Amino acid sequence: MKSRIPVVLLACGSFNPITNMHLRLFEVARDHLHQTGIYQVVEGIISPVNDNYKKKNLVAAKHRVAMAQLALQTSDWIRVDPWESEQAQWIETVKVLRHHHQELLRALPPTEGPGDKALSSAPAAVPELKLLCGADVLKTFQTPDLWKESHIQEIVEKFGLVCVGRAGHDPKEYISESPILRRYQHNIHLAREPVQNELSATYIRSALAQGLSVKYLLPDAVIGYIKDHKLYTKDGPWAARSTLRNEEEAS
Amino acid sequence: MENSEKTEVVLVACGSFNPITNMHLRLFELAKDYMNGTGKYRVVRGIISPVGDAYKKKGLIPAHHRVIMAELATKNSKWVEVDTWESLQNEWIETAKVLRHHQEKLEASVCDNQQDSPTLQKPGRKRKWAEQRQDFSQKISLEPKTKGIPEVKLLCGADLLESFGVPNLWKSEDIAQIVGGYGLICVTRAGNDAQKFIYESDVLWKHRSNIHLVNEWITNDISSTKIRRALRRGQSIRYLVPDVVQEYIEKHDLYSSESEARNAGVILAPLQKNTAEAKS
Repeated sequence: MKSRIPVVLLACGSFNPITNMHLRLFEVARDHLHQTGIYQVVEGIISPVNDNYKKKNLVAAKHRVAMAQLALQTSDWIRVDPWESEQAQWIETVKVLRHHHQELLRALPPTEGPGDKALSSAPAAVPELKLLCGADVLKTFQTPDLWKESHIQEIVEKFGLVCVGRAGHDPKEYISESPILRRYQHNIHLAREPVQNELSATYIRSALAQGLSVKYLLPDAVIGYIKDHKLYTKDGPWAARSTLRNEEEAS
Repeated sequence: MENSEKTEVVLVACGSFNPITNMHLRLFELAKDYMNGTGKYRVVRGIISPVGDAYKKKGLIPAHHRVIMAELATKNSKWVEVDTWESLQNEWIETAKVLRHHQEKLEASVCDNQQDSPTLQKPGRKRKWAEQRQDFSQKISLEPKTKGIPEVKLLCGADLLESFGVPNLWKSEDIAQIVGGYGLICVTRAGNDAQKFIYESDVLWKHRSNIHLVNEWITNDISSTKIRRALRRGQSIRYLVPDVVQEYIEKHDLYSSESEARNAGVILAPLQKNTAEAKS
């Protein structure tokens, strides 16, 4: 496995709550990139959205971060990063990418030392940061006024996208319909989930509100946390099904 | 309705569990929610009964591994457990017989309870009648019963229901016994053809009140076949099976192209048996 390009995968979204399907996105994306023979995925980052995103039924970020942490206790390569959720306001996805890119640059070992200039300036040492998303997010790129053109361009041009297929979504079609995506399609990696799963956080919330079992749909530790903190109960506003989709959503 | 007026139900799932996946475990959760939600039933236990090696299904790895994986997977369940009786038999056992075995075991345990002092129940003691290594674990002790014996019902996915239509796979008297005598809880994808299938079968139609169709609103396509395929291809199965099951598979290197070739070209035990009986 010599000189593979290191990659860090970043997933932005509500994670309200995190489910096994979110975790699968990472596994499937990593397998896909490894099978290209070109990339080596070194880290996965989950970045729960800020409370000021104001999405209906969104529980407080501290809970969403805590649940993601519990879910990732047993992963040796995926972690939660609370930076986005700790900002004073909602942050656009491209800015979250810029932040983590800066962090990656900062984490690089110092590159001085006159003797080994050639080695230390090898660009391969900086991992590439790519946005991980489900195929439904590619579709939202077409929704008018949801994303800024310049942001879409920056995401696919400077960073890159790893998109995991989902039933009912044809990512190839979304790409062919969009001039920007078409232009940078070499930076868009389409991974296929071999196991179809329509599990959504919305389903989890409504099942919880109805007192139905969600075991095996999300990690036991997360279910325990939800119960302990009485999240997503019948009395909460999440009992009503949300069909609102007028905001940027990556999960 | 008071608990005491409800019919207690034990769900039995028969299958290969090669390996057990989160989908198998979800079947139990969905079925329990559904049955309890009717107000008529109370699900008191779930039993996973992995098929014996004599079933001769292609790619079927030895039963002891499948049993251990199922035990690991249900370690954190308060109500689902594994029973090894079926897997320990030398011959393949018809599902109707597996159900009968469990119904008889429940009856024996109730009789046993009643012989013991009925006021002071010790759930852990009632093991003397059990020859099997694994009888009711103390995970869920049967509550003292003065009323009826729980009803055993077969829990399955739509694929099993539809397999009733495969020639020689099932004896027709067994199908009648399963749906008539015990009852079926079938978890199906919303909008699938289970209803039509029942309508088109005389025996299923006759016993339709004993067949409970549970809608699964979200597609959950985690089949064991796909798990084995992913493993052969070096793809991750994480979050599709419990972590402990994944660890066990890796530690023992259970699934490979060699294991997939097991029983290749061998006729499935029920087909062998039922075809032979049909000819004689």
